[in-house]
Amino acid sequence: MSRFKTKKGKADPAINTSSLPDIIFMLLFFFMVTTVMREVTVMVKQNMPGASEVQKLERKSLVSFIYIGAPKDSQLGTNARIQLNDVFANVDEVPEFVAREREARDEADRKFLTTSLKVDGETTMGVVTDVKQELRKSGAFKINYSTKKILAGKQR
Amino acid sequence: MAKRSAPEINAGSMADIAFLLLIFFLVTTTMDIDTGITRKLPPPIEDPEENVDVKDRNVLKILVNSHDMLLVDGKPGNIYDLKDKAIDFMAIHHNNDNYPEVKEVEVEQLGGRKIWVSKGVISLKNDRGTSYEMYIFIQNELARAFNEMKDEMSANIYGVKYTQLIDDEKIKVINKLVPVRISEAEPEDIGGGN
Repeated sequence: MSRFKTKKGKADPAINTSSLPDIIFMLLFFFMVTTVMREVTVMVKQNMPGASEVQKLERKSLVSFIYIGAPKDSQLGTNARIQLNDVFANVDEVPEFVAREREARDEADRKFLTTSLKVDGETTMGVVTDVKQELRKSGAFKINYSTKKILAGKQR
Repeated sequence: MAKRSAPEINAGSMADIAFLLLIFFLVTTTMDIDTGITRKLPPPIEDPEENVDVKDRNVLKILVNSHDMLLVDGKPGNIYDLKDKAIDFMAIHHNNDNYPEVKEVEVEQLGGRKIWVSKGVISLKNDRGTSYEMYIFIQNELARAFNEMKDEMSANIYGVKYTQLIDDEKIKVINKLVPVRISEAEPEDIGGGN
């Protein structure tokens, strides 16, 4: 009857954890490759309004961003300002910005260039309309009003 | 002399180091997918004198003033009724002067089947003082109206909702039959306080 008791004395074999770092590294590389680091520091308020009928912005390399909103730094006033790349800009600088963005892209891709308007919800339409007019003049017709995704009928 | 094997390096903490790096990247990077309402701007008007003639009955005029109040076809409107109003306006009404004209469109992809399509246009005009939030709200409600119409058209023709269509050809047909016709007027001050 002692046949079954012989094994009891032995300790459980330790699980080999030597491949654990490899697994973690794999995860690490996955995240490093898939994520994008922020390139510009946004200096304006960005509390985007919500919308339900949203589309995803595909091919992020073909999107140029225009940030509009009141400056985060209250010393700079409360009026809505336009931010292009890392600096505050005036409306008349938008065509130059569009031209530079276009120049930076591959020639075949230029017609797919989308301008994403990241506008704070409290901004009045005056500034936005001015920017839209400049975009029209410079031929950047594809625009995207950046919004948060919410469920239908949950606004306000 | 006895041969001594090199002592093994303890790799137990390697996982901890990798974890540390992983958590650092998880915290510092953003994976947010940008979403938004995509619209196409019209090309600039070369000759401001030249006006495109659109019959009055074909246009649903939406005006928003600087107090975010709506005027839909000359009457004060409510944002929550806007979607249904737009759908009702774009629906097919034969021989009714209160609604836009209708025309028959022949669809090649459906073997030359003829389908009635409304000639209606929704015109949106906002003041410089309108809040962006309100503007997006209206754009969203109109987009909802058009998406609902597309869903209905798709259900009639293919038996599935527009959002569930996979075939590009079918999507094209629906987009041809239900074009998103939102026209934005040239900016000007409507007023309504400052």
